[in-house]
Amino acid sequence: MATGAQARSPRILERKLISETYAAEIEGLLARYPDKKSAVLPLMHLAQREYGYMSKEAMREVADILDLDPTHVLSLSGFYSLYYEEPTGKYVLEICNDLACALRGADEFVEMACNKLNIPVEGTTDDGLFTIKTVMCLGACDRAPMLQCNLKFEENLDEEKFDELLARLRAEAENGADKPSVVERINAFAKK
Amino acid sequence: MAHILLRNRDIPNIHKLDVYLANGGYEGLKKALSMTPDEVTAEVRNANVRGRGGAGFPTGVKWGFIPKAIDPKYILINTDESETGTFKDRELVEKNPHQVIEGALIAAYAVGAKLIFNYFRGEYMDAAFHFEVALKDCYANRLVGKNILDSDFECDFYCHYGAGAYICGEETALINSLGGDLGQPWSKPPFPAVEGLYAKPTVVNNTETMANIPPVIVNGAEWYKSMGTEKSSGPKIVCMSGHVEKPGNYEVPLGITYRELIEMAGGVRNGKGFKALLPSGGSGPVITKEALDAPLTYEGLDQYGSTMGSASVIVMDEDTDMVWAAGKMIHFFRHESCGKCTPCREGTFWMERILERILHGEGTEEDIAVLESVAKQMRGKCLCALGEFAVSPVLSTIAHFLDEYKAKVRTPEAEPV
Repeated sequence: MATGAQARSPRILERKLISETYAAEIEGLLARYPDKKSAVLPLMHLAQREYGYMSKEAMREVADILDLDPTHVLSLSGFYSLYYEEPTGKYVLEICNDLACALRGADEFVEMACNKLNIPVEGTTDDGLFTIKTVMCLGACDRAPMLQCNLKFEENLDEEKFDELLARLRAEAENGADKPSVVERINAFAKK
Repeated sequence: MAHILLRNRDIPNIHKLDVYLANGGYEGLKKALSMTPDEVTAEVRNANVRGRGGAGFPTGVKWGFIPKAIDPKYILINTDESETGTFKDRELVEKNPHQVIEGALIAAYAVGAKLIFNYFRGEYMDAAFHFEVALKDCYANRLVGKNILDSDFECDFYCHYGAGAYICGEETALINSLGGDLGQPWSKPPFPAVEGLYAKPTVVNNTETMANIPPVIVNGAEWYKSMGTEKSSGPKIVCMSGHVEKPGNYEVPLGITYRELIEMAGGVRNGKGFKALLPSGGSGPVITKEALDAPLTYEGLDQYGSTMGSASVIVMDEDTDMVWAAGKMIHFFRHESCGKCTPCREGTFWMERILERILHGEGTEEDIAVLESVAKQMRGKCLCALGEFAVSPVLSTIAHFLDEYKAKVRTPEAEPV
């Protein structure tokens, strides 16, 4: 838990994982908005990717870049469901089990996925690779059951395709490949 | 019939600029630039283009509210598409992005805006890839930026990504979110047309609405009004999901019936009988077979106490447990309530708790009455539509399927002493 003393202490950041590495991208991003505060959600996406989750450290760095109070970043982190307040596995499997998907077997799919990875919903596998979450509608109801893995959609799933997905991700993790898609996307956006 | 909005279904690779241009792309913008801004707005108003996000407000009227004397002005495209059962804007931004870009540029010209943001829900970051590429190509080909099509018109255009909040589809919440704050709505007035993003005049239009604009400018208001009904003109993308054989997006002229839509989607899955459908995702009351011949229009379901909304049709077969379905929807609204208005924040919480109790076989008849009472107390007491939406699954399932609720609860006599 953040204590008042910590939140108000002078901002001496121990690590800066985004402001130096992505300096040019961040500058480009800030230039888009008449008020730089608007860049807070995109920067939080970037920070979460680099820090792994919205740790206090990550929030402080975002706040520092935008001259915001860290508590403001904290409130956003709690409000928006794509920011994780706890560490997650390398691959976050967010399965939609909202009504439209549930009518096409999403609840059974969640159960199968949890059994397969031997974790409950919100749980992370011992090897730190996978976290399973259930989420609200992702806008792919015609291709249920489906999930998003680190923001990339995997659709028309069944047990066999889920096995293939896990195998692919395990191989990717082993070969040192990075989290799929997110950082490339954010970089591509920020560069414009 | 050739598609007007989902042109990607007819023309391969229309997401690419050269293909879009070769198929009449940006002709609408070109024509708009040869007209005065007021003429453009008048054309859209005369065509009776109505908001495709669900509320159905006339788009040209909305543009007409923007005061000329205040600058800067902003155009925001609402691609926060998060309603349960809705996936139409996603196909547009993924497969036919230039038509959305062109529509937004025409809007910017009409109201005098020089900056456009497309607000995507964060989950669409991957789906937005083609849109980002399309935008980049537009910058490189003087379709966005300075001297657009060699005219004096200039306009910047960026994508912005939210981070998972249904409420940001509400226009004032979207504006707050884009401003870097919590995505919570405000009590109007002030209206965004006067005080929107950064307290400046702002137009917020749904993605599909934007895609309607270029063909209206190219073909004229009369052509547009030749489709649909008198009050509901033009084409509409309908998202068919749930228990149908062929779920997906279907572009239809407004005015066709729900029965025809189900047939178009291959009928109810596995030869089952039809039980009910949600016409506007989780937000509109359920309708049953007596309403199947109602037309898909903004007013077509009025007499059945429901609404077309964004036309996200979730079909449920005869085996569907309607109390379970209500529980799923309330879970959604409880999760997505932004917490600002007490009746919504607390009401959705208690409705979910009561429904869970009933679903676990621990409810009593009194719970049904309490559930109904909580829902009725929420109505008309919240700032935005979410609070209104949240009560409809409960009230409409109680109205149509009270027997299913009753079958799940203990009768008073059977209650343990």
